[in-house]
Parts: sequence; C-alpha cells; structure tokens
Amino acid sequence: MIAEIGHFALILALAVALVQASVPLIGAQRGNAAWMGLAGPAAVAQFLCVGIAFAALMHAYVTSDFSVLNVAQNSHSLKPMLYKVAGLWGNHEGSLLLWITILAVFGLALTAFGGNLPPGLKARALAVQAMIAVGFLLFILFTSNPFLRLDPPPMDGNGLNPMLQDPGLAFHPPFLYLGYVGFSMAFSFAIAALIEGRVDAAWARWVRPWTLAAWLFLTCGIALGSWWAYYTLGWGGWWYWDPVENASFMPWLAGTALLHSAVVVEKRDALKSWTILLAIVAFGFSLLGTFLVRSGVLTSVHAFATDPARGAFILLLLLAVLGGSFTLYAVRAPSLKLGGLFAPLSREGALLFNNVLMATGAGTVLLGTLYPLIADALNLGKVSVGAPFFNSVFLPLMAPMVVAMAIGPLLSWKRGDLAGVLGRLKFALAAAVAGAAAVWVAQGGSAGPWWAAAGMGLALWLLLGTLTELAERVRLFRLPLGQSLQRASHLPRSAWGMTLAHGGLALVIAGMTASSAWKSESVQNQKLGETVTVAGYAFTLTAVNAVKGPNYDAQQAVFQVSKDGRPFAEMRPEKRIFIMPPRPATDAAIRGTLLGDVYAVLGDQAGDGVWVTRLYFNPMVPWMWAGAALMVLGGLVSLSDRRHRIGAPARARAAAAAAAAKA
Amino acid sequence: MRRLLYLLPVLVLGVLALFFMKGLEMDPHEIPSVLLNTPAPAINLAALPGHDHGLTTDDLKGRVSVVDIFGSWCVSCAQEHPTLLAIKETGIVPIYGIDWRDDPVKGAEWLKKNGDPYERVGLDPAPGHASVDFGVTGAPESFIVDKGGIIRWKHIGPITPEVWETELLPKIRELQK
Repeated sequence: MIAEIGHFALILALAVALVQASVPLIGAQRGNAAWMGLAGPAAVAQFLCVGIAFAALMHAYVTSDFSVLNVAQNSHSLKPMLYKVAGLWGNHEGSLLLWITILAVFGLALTAFGGNLPPGLKARALAVQAMIAVGFLLFILFTSNPFLRLDPPPMDGNGLNPMLQDPGLAFHPPFLYLGYVGFSMAFSFAIAALIEGRVDAAWARWVRPWTLAAWLFLTCGIALGSWWAYYTLGWGGWWYWDPVENASFMPWLAGTALLHSAVVVEKRDALKSWTILLAIVAFGFSLLGTFLVRSGVLTSVHAFATDPARGAFILLLLLAVLGGSFTLYAVRAPSLKLGGLFAPLSREGALLFNNVLMATGAGTVLLGTLYPLIADALNLGKVSVGAPFFNSVFLPLMAPMVVAMAIGPLLSWKRGDLAGVLGRLKFALAAAVAGAAAVWVAQGGSAGPWWAAAGMGLALWLLLGTLTELAERVRLFRLPLGQSLQRASHLPRSAWGMTLAHGGLALVIAGMTASSAWKSESVQNQKLGETVTVAGYAFTLTAVNAVKGPNYDAQQAVFQVSKDGRPFAEMRPEKRIFIMPPRPATDAAIRGTLLGDVYAVLGDQAGDGVWVTRLYFNPMVPWMWAGAALMVLGGLVSLSDRRHRIGAPARARAAAAAAAAKA
Repeated sequence: MRRLLYLLPVLVLGVLALFFMKGLEMDPHEIPSVLLNTPAPAINLAALPGHDHGLTTDDLKGRVSVVDIFGSWCVSCAQEHPTLLAIKETGIVPIYGIDWRDDPVKGAEWLKKNGDPYERVGLDPAPGHASVDFGVTGAPESFIVDKGGIIRWKHIGPITPEVWETELLPKIRELQK
C-alpha cells in the first residue's frame, strides 16, 4: 500500500510540476501577479508530493519490504541500518528519486528564502525549475519506476554491492547530487534572466549563494568519493580519470568558474553573457554526467545497470534542456547590455584569465572522456584515454591558473598594478623557488620526477600568496598586532572564505604532487613472521585470523609495524567475503601521519602460511583531505557572509551603489 | 560575426548529440579479438638473468603451446601461478612466459621464489610492445598457439583449475589432434 502511495505521489508531482512550469511563466509574461504568485505554493506542493514518494521508498528500505522489486534487488535483511538507508540511492531508480527530491528541496528553498526577489524573476526561475522536474519525473515514471512490486515476494533481498557498503560511499551520492542539482538554481536564474533580457549586479548577488552552496556540496561529494576509492579499492590511488569521476569533475570546474565570474558581475557589472553561459554549462555538465553514467555509452567502473531505452530518454532530456537554453542564449545574449570595461591587468582580467583556463580545462576533460566514444563512432578503433592524456594536457593548463590565483586577489578592480603586486609577492616568490629547489635536492635531483619540484613550488606559491593577501588586508606588521587582529575580525566572511578555499587548494596540490611523485609500494608473497620494509616502516606479518562481521566473513591480517626499531602501530587489513551477494572486498588498514599514510592491504593466500600483501607509504595524502575540508569550510564561511543573510538589496539601490562605485 | 560566436554552444551540442546517438547503438564493452586466427607476432625477446634462452617466434612453431603474459608486479599472476605449475607437471602442453613490463632482476627472482612453470621466458620490458602485438589488454592473459604458430584462443585473467579444465584443455586437445 505504502509503495502505491509513493507511486501515486510521483504522478501527482508531475501534474503539479506541469502547472508550475507553465502558469507562472505566462503570468510573468503578461504581468499577472496572481498567476506569478502560483509558483511559490506550487513549489511547496511539489516538495510535499516528492517528499511523500521519497519517504515511501525509504520506508520500504528500512522495513526490508522485499515485495518492492527495487528493495529486493538492492537490499538484504542482514544489512546494517545505515546501508539499508544508503541502499535507496545505491541503484539507478532510487538515485533518480533522490535527484528529484533534492530538486524539489531546492525549489522549496527558493520559495522560502526568495522573499526579496522581484516577482517576475522568482516566478520564471521557479517555472524553469519545474520544467527540469517535469523531464525527470517523466523519466522516472516511464523508464525507472522504483515502486514496482514483485509477486510473490522473495524471502530475502539480493544485497547491495559490498564495495558500496561503506560510510564514505553512503554519503557520497547525496552530496554529489546536492552539488549537481544545486547548479540547477544558477541555471534557472540564468534562463529567467535571458527571458527577461536583464542581467545586473543584483541578479548576480542572488545567484551567488546558490552557486556557492552547490559548489561546496559538490566539492564535498568529490572528496568523499575520492577518499572512498583511496581506502577501499586497495591500490592506494585516489583519482583514476574514470569517466564517472570526470563526470563529476567537469561541473565542478564549470561551477568554480561560474562562482568567480559571478563576482565580476556583482562587483563590476561585466562578463554578463559569459556568466550566463557558465551557469548553463555547469548544469549541462551535471546532466551530461547523469547521461554518461546511466546510458552505457562509456565503460566505467561505476556505471549503473544500463538500458538503451533509458539512455535514449535521458539523451532526449539533455538535448531538450541544453538545446533549448543554448538557442535562447544565442538569441538573447547578444542583446545583453555590455557592462563595465576593464584593463587586461586587473582583478576582472585575472578572474577572466582563470575562467578561460578553467573552461578550457573542463573542455579537455570532456574531450578525453568522450574520445573513446568519438573514435569508436568514427571507426577509428577502440581506444581508452587514461591518466597520461589528462596529466599531459590538463595539468599544464592548471599550472598558470595557480600562478594567477595568488596574483589576482591582490590586483585592484578595473586597472591593476602588476609591478606593485609582484613587489608585494616577492617573499612568496622567493620562498616558492627556494622550496622547489629544496624539494629537487631532497629527492636527489633527476632521481625523482621534475614535476614534483614544480608542483611543490606552485603549492607553496599559492599558499604564501594567499597568506600575503590576508596580511595585506589586515596590514600585518605595519600596524600593531592588536590592530591587525581587530581588522582581521572585521574582514567580510567572504574574504575569509576565499583565503580558506585558496589555501585549501594549496594543500590539495601539495598532497597530490607528493603522493604521485614519491609513493613507495611493495607487493609480495609474505610468510607469517616475515618482515617487509617500505619507506622505513617495517611490516611484520604476525597472524592472519578469520573474523566475522555482521554480513561478511573476513581474513584479518595482523601487522606489527615499527619505524626505526620503535613500534609504530598494529595494523589489521581485512579481506572480506560478503555473504549476500557473495563478493570479495578489501578493507585496507591505514595509519595517517603528518607526512603521509602507512597503508596495508591483505591479498589472497598464496600457500601454507603465505599471503600476498601489498604495503604502501603514500606521502602527504592526508594533506589532500585536509585541503578539501578547508575548501568546503571556506565555502561555508563565505556562504555565511552578512550580505547573503540580510538578503540582496533592491535593484534600484544596487544600481545606485554601482554607479557610486564607478564614480 | 559576434552573433555567430553566441551560436557556438548550440552547434557544439549538436555535434556531440550526433555522437551520443551513435554511441547508444554501440557496445563499448565489446573488445575486438582481431588477433585471433592470425599468426603470432614476430618476437625476439631477451632471456631473464640466469636463464639460458629468451623467446622467439620460432619457439612457438611445431607444437601446440600456451603463451602466458605475466609480471612480478602483477598480483593476479601470483594467483594463477600454482595452476601453471600443476599444468607443467602434467606435461600436456608447454607454457611459454612473457615477462611483461618488468624489471629483469625482479622477474627472475619472482620465478625463483614461486617456481618456474615456463618452458622458456622472454623479457618484454616497458613499454611492452611485443605483448601489445599479441593483443594484450592486461596481465595475466594467456594465448593458445597452434602447431603452425597461429593464435587460436585468448584467455583474459588468471587461469584457475576450472578455467583450465573447462576452457583451455578441451581447446588444446582439439588442436593437438
């Protein structure tokens, strides 16, 4: 019964979405306030309907109702509760319902927090949101209904892929979708602005917090996914340039660019049509990711069960959404009023430079991801594009961007003084060069890769450049320390947000460089009692015991690890065999230190008292996670900025302020 | 001219759409086995330290043989190793090894430590072109080559006793007739 209520609620949601997509739009066109006003209540109704459907499916998962096909295929009564809940979005149908639910939550949030929006813009944005909802509701109802029944119900479910039974992955999809779907807000505002034919500073001020929220969720989601891959796949790698990873990385790049170009629109009323384009592209990449993962056009380790009908439907959806918006863009964008002019060497110029590099970066990732498909379609043969392509094309694009990231925030708006800025950065520059040289010497010159020194130098440059900017703002060492601290406490939170996020990226770069350049690994058949030394850590295999988990049996190795003759830790990696479905999974044992992770994996038994073991030292990997956390924290701090909380001022006041700023 | 620039996004989307539509009809998982039923590629591989012979194309002619791609770095290769040793015991078919993308010293040590099931071993150091000529996609991978030196079968992944009994042995028996 409850499943049927869920199904019915979804149909009702479709009806509501159809109304929400049409009536307010017509109302806005005709200036009919009552019709426009319908958007808000419709968004609330939409949320209630979708919420009921989501709750119904969640109920089926939590109570292990195996008469629901989706639950029977993806859950099992023995699973811990966390994974029963997470099982909902561990499959195609359920994750699609999560997608739609998040879309409805964002619609509700826009209604709740959008009180100060002009009614026309609000009505149009909500209507565009509803159009997206219509597409996805049709998709789920016609091709991917999660509420199908199974008669007779099986005794127990098939279980969730054991690789997915992990806390990191339980929360990875919700964050990722909050990011993907979050970009629909910027998209809806962009389309609404194109329909209105007006983009101004106030518009940017409304779009920014939503973009920021989407960006920080997506950052969090990508980091969680990467962290999960790092500790469960058992190879010590954290990024594989897999199509699905790229699918989440492309919207991140476009979203990051959008975040920065929206600043230029807000502060300087420039780069408008570019910002609109980025808003469309960021959401377009989110849709593209959904298509790539669910259609089976590319091979990937995490593709969902694929079905050509679904692929065709979502392709149609993608083309309708993007084709429609790009056409609207081609018609309307040329007539957008050009905003403030600026010299190439200015804060706007630096932001644009980064934007172009970021967009080019996203383009190369797109090309690399789709190339196997393109080559196959043109009969150029089956190819796979892997890390070598991305490393040699994408990374060189990012290096100048990082260089500019330290300079940009110090440049003034409109016309900057590069010589003056470089003067203030001379300490950072000297330290970065010295740091790179020190790294070069420490790794034994060309015994290590040349890019290791470059990467560490860049990380140092970015970190010190960011700190220099902060010091400049609070006039550190020029005023007494107390006054500087007072200035620091009065800085706008968005300034702190930038410092934290840029500093976080510096840590991420350092971690990525070090872990790629100086990883130590050793794979061997190890006898009980035998000691293997990796990067100064001596791993003695003392025992391999059979242990039992809630829904798996495992072999657990016990390593006594010592460093320089002193005991360091006892590590217990496991090789698990899940009961349902019967599949193996590795559980690496990881001990983090400031300098890196000590990482041990137990493989198969190779003989009597002999096991295959893989032992690693992954330098500075914890820096990457710390850096990602700082970036998310920076996003949160910036989101809590007073400007966003008190809401955007009326358009007229914003225009007056902009005029005053220009004068 | 400026208007054309604004049309660019929709044009790019159009081109991508064509590829996506084609993509839906194709299966990316299907890996072509174009090299089946073609002569084994010409190879002349060096011997590992402490071994007398390398591996050449001529070694693969005259009788049915198995060519096994392995490496000391490859974890699944250690997994299939006991099965290979057992096959050698039976004397049914000679197994030739290609030590792929490996350090010669490590490769030789690995064989010393785990036992050597191979009739002859050739070293194919990184980037491993000889193995790629065989059509290798990863290690371990094994090929059955007939008396005339033609590749007749390819197995991807470790050889387990089941794979040997059900997949490889019947094929070898048939070719040995």
